[in-house]
Amino acid sequence: MTAAITATGVRKSYGSFEALRGVDLEIGEGEVFALLGPNGAGKTTFVEILEGFRTRTAGEATVLGIDPERGGPEWRARLGIVLQSAGFFEQLTPDEITAHFASFYPKHLDPRRVVDMVGLAEKRDARCKSLSGGQKRRVDLALGIVGDPDLVFLDEPTTGLDPQGRRQIWEVVREFTSLGKTVVLTTHYLDEAEQLADRVGVIIRGELVEVGRPREIGGRERAMARISFSLNGTLSEVALPEVGGLIDAADGVATVTTDRPTAVVAMLARWAEDHGVAELPGLAVSRPSLEDIYLAMVAEAGEPSDGGQL
Amino acid sequence: MTALPATPVFRPNAPGRILRLSWERTLIELRQFFRTPEQVFFTFLLPVLFVVIFSTIFSGEIEGPPGVEDVEFAQYFVPGMIATGIMSATFASLAMTIAVEQHDGLLRRLSGTPLPRSAYFGGKIGLALFTAALEVVLILGIGVALYGVNLPTDPAKWLAFLGVFIAGVSACSLLGIAYTRLIRSSSAASAIVQPPYLILQFISGVFLQYSAVPPFLQAIASLFPLKWMVQGFRYAFLPDWVAVDDYGGQWNVDLVLLVLAGWLLLSFVAARLWFRWDRTGSA
Repeated sequence: MTAAITATGVRKSYGSFEALRGVDLEIGEGEVFALLGPNGAGKTTFVEILEGFRTRTAGEATVLGIDPERGGPEWRARLGIVLQSAGFFEQLTPDEITAHFASFYPKHLDPRRVVDMVGLAEKRDARCKSLSGGQKRRVDLALGIVGDPDLVFLDEPTTGLDPQGRRQIWEVVREFTSLGKTVVLTTHYLDEAEQLADRVGVIIRGELVEVGRPREIGGRERAMARISFSLNGTLSEVALPEVGGLIDAADGVATVTTDRPTAVVAMLARWAEDHGVAELPGLAVSRPSLEDIYLAMVAEAGEPSDGGQL
Repeated sequence: MTALPATPVFRPNAPGRILRLSWERTLIELRQFFRTPEQVFFTFLLPVLFVVIFSTIFSGEIEGPPGVEDVEFAQYFVPGMIATGIMSATFASLAMTIAVEQHDGLLRRLSGTPLPRSAYFGGKIGLALFTAALEVVLILGIGVALYGVNLPTDPAKWLAFLGVFIAGVSACSLLGIAYTRLIRSSSAASAIVQPPYLILQFISGVFLQYSAVPPFLQAIASLFPLKWMVQGFRYAFLPDWVAVDDYGGQWNVDLVLLVLAGWLLLSFVAARLWFRWDRTGSA
């Protein structure tokens, strides 16, 4: 796999404050990579360095083979950037502004089709000032992909959208990545990272503390499973069995935390059957969600999960 | 055997591309401009209203020395309004809109695309040229139709008019671009741009006879381009004796063009040095 992005020891300091303390990362061509991290942890700084909007204090970086500090219009023509917030074209319609941006690129998609793709077909001739926040976010996305870029940076692409709108944006991103394009995504929505990303990286206090597949990150795959079921009827009156794990009953729900969930479920099934119950009511086996893992990582680093400004 | 079509090489800074994109930008700028009523009002209606109000209130004549025909006040006033109208369409309008675009991240958005910077400025200057020309036509039209302003008949005077127009528009557009450096937030734009522009209008003799401006204020006005634009346009519209009272006996059109060329050069250098593409972080 060829690398779309490489970063080696990337640092950024503002006076004595170190926003990035040496980030190493390689993102492959065609990969969807999500950057997670609390506000103020350095995500945006890192992405803006890759986008060529900021200089770095030290370290090396290449994006599509070019140092972003030296990227010219030829390089820009291969990038799509969806900024977190940027000035808007209140007086223009989605069709007009998308067609205008298309004219900047040597090869571009059909702007009307892009407006359709992002779900704005019905609003294509409305002035942008009349659009809702979520609809404006779709215009942002349209402007980011109309140049048919090889690599897209998406900075919180679905913030402010309703669940249906978010799914629609995900579809656009999937359609885009199915063409072998690379996506770098920053997001606060862990489910978004899980849905879209091949790999996620967690930045805390300017350091990339963990990189991995969403289902493996933070030892998630090997983490203890949690088994729970309701204690009602006969089961509430009998003693709980010995299952070799921590078992806990409160408010009519029994919970077992274990590293061998399959064996425990088998034991519990036998125990229930012994008491004449064929089906354990409300049985659920769960692993910690990406969000649980992420919050644990942030807490471990001593960061408030929603600290700092913007 | 058919040859495969060669992939065209992308030359982002080819003159043809910059010209085409400057044109695209001009069209979009015009569209945005004419869809923003506040901008249209301040740029066009305000100077037009001034022409109507002043020409109606001061409907008298400026008396010349014995033996010459007096000059209608409107004849004196309209060329000054053309100068200030141009400054409004170029300096004031560009400084304010570009400052907003710098601070709210619109320029950052554009800078993330392969749009050459020169094409962005091309669009701004295209917009300024178009609106300034429209302003001239409007003010002249009202002056001629309502207040009996006489148009110059001498082709040499029209040539001077054109020269002052082009030099004035270019210098004031670049000055507006450079001036954005002084604007620290988009909400402050109007407050930073309007007062100096308003003061210049008074001391450059736009609203009153230049000879009525005290000499020390005249000296200050002479440092800035507006006074010279007013003088150049008045030359095109007024008989020579008016210059005796107001401009020390001579219209000095050569000097007018020279000073405007100086401002053009100065503003170009200042715009190159001071203009910032992205000021989203500085507010």
